[in-house]
Amino acid sequence: MSPASELSVDDEAGRRRVVRNALAMGLATGAYGLTFGALGVASGLSLAQTCILSLAMFTGGSQFAFVGVIGGGGTPLAAAATALLLGARNTVYGLSVGPLLRVRGWRKAGAAQLVIDESTAMSIGETRKPLARVAFWATGLSIFAFWNLATLIGAVAAGALPDPKALGLDAVAPAAFIFLFAPRLTSRTAWLTAGVGAVVALALVPLLPSGLPVIAAAVAVAVLAIATSRRATGPDHSAGSGDAS
Amino acid sequence: MWLGVIVACVGCYALKYAGMSVPQRVLDSPAVRQLSLLLPVGLLAALAAAQTLADGERLMFDARIVGVLVAIIAIRLKCPFIVVVALAAASAAVARLLGMP
Repeated sequence: MSPASELSVDDEAGRRRVVRNALAMGLATGAYGLTFGALGVASGLSLAQTCILSLAMFTGGSQFAFVGVIGGGGTPLAAAATALLLGARNTVYGLSVGPLLRVRGWRKAGAAQLVIDESTAMSIGETRKPLARVAFWATGLSIFAFWNLATLIGAVAAGALPDPKALGLDAVAPAAFIFLFAPRLTSRTAWLTAGVGAVVALALVPLLPSGLPVIAAAVAVAVLAIATSRRATGPDHSAGSGDAS
Repeated sequence: MWLGVIVACVGCYALKYAGMSVPQRVLDSPAVRQLSLLLPVGLLAALAAAQTLADGERLMFDARIVGVLVAIIAIRLKCPFIVVVALAAASAAVARLLGMP
């Protein structure tokens, strides 16, 4: 068996595995589009407005927040402000996805729209760059397709649908995320990072609007990463000078 | 209403696009490289924790915990991705049937 053929067989199998996972993720999270569609219409948006939110906003947390504010009697601009606050985490995701994809022009414009929790998670969960790119596109497109189809069905058939929670679909995303980072828990620093991320996010849930605790956790992890990189690179940046800042 | 919808959609897209537009030389420093190793782990852990134990703006303990614990066992037993997520959904669904919120 030559190393070259071994590698390409590996790549092909890897690609198939990544696409299969992306389809499973698309089906499971896309099913929430049913709930969103039903909720959008129930909160007073038109069918077209509900569907446009899924097509053009395409970031679940922000969409649920938008219709939540409208349904609760808030103004459209208050709803937009809340949606933007929650959408800010996609900027953080772009920092890891951007350099990985290295796309320009209309491909970049398309890729940007697909930057969400799940596509980012699935791509940063792959350690090899070519597979990480496949994971991003496959997951993003799969969720985009299922999410928008489900929104339309949900908005049309509001009220006559099973609750995704009854099917246990709300446990799918966190289980998938743990699957993705578990192989990276190979050092004390990695365990510490995971612990800090989880604890900071949970501690801030009661204090901040939803979506922001995850951003705060990312900031805490960033501080930790910079502190450990200084300790690793030079004595002039010892823990003492870090504490002072 | 349309104004709110359009502002929110355009704004959310701009936020996504901005993150992808940070120049490469900013991303090349040693601190940022250490960050790119650790951030995925921290971010995934934060997302997993929040989506298991939080609901909007409060902590909440419900059937998701059962699903996630079963998933962790399945991951330790080296089950493939599809099996892990299917077991998570099935066990959370069963926990709800048995009366968990």
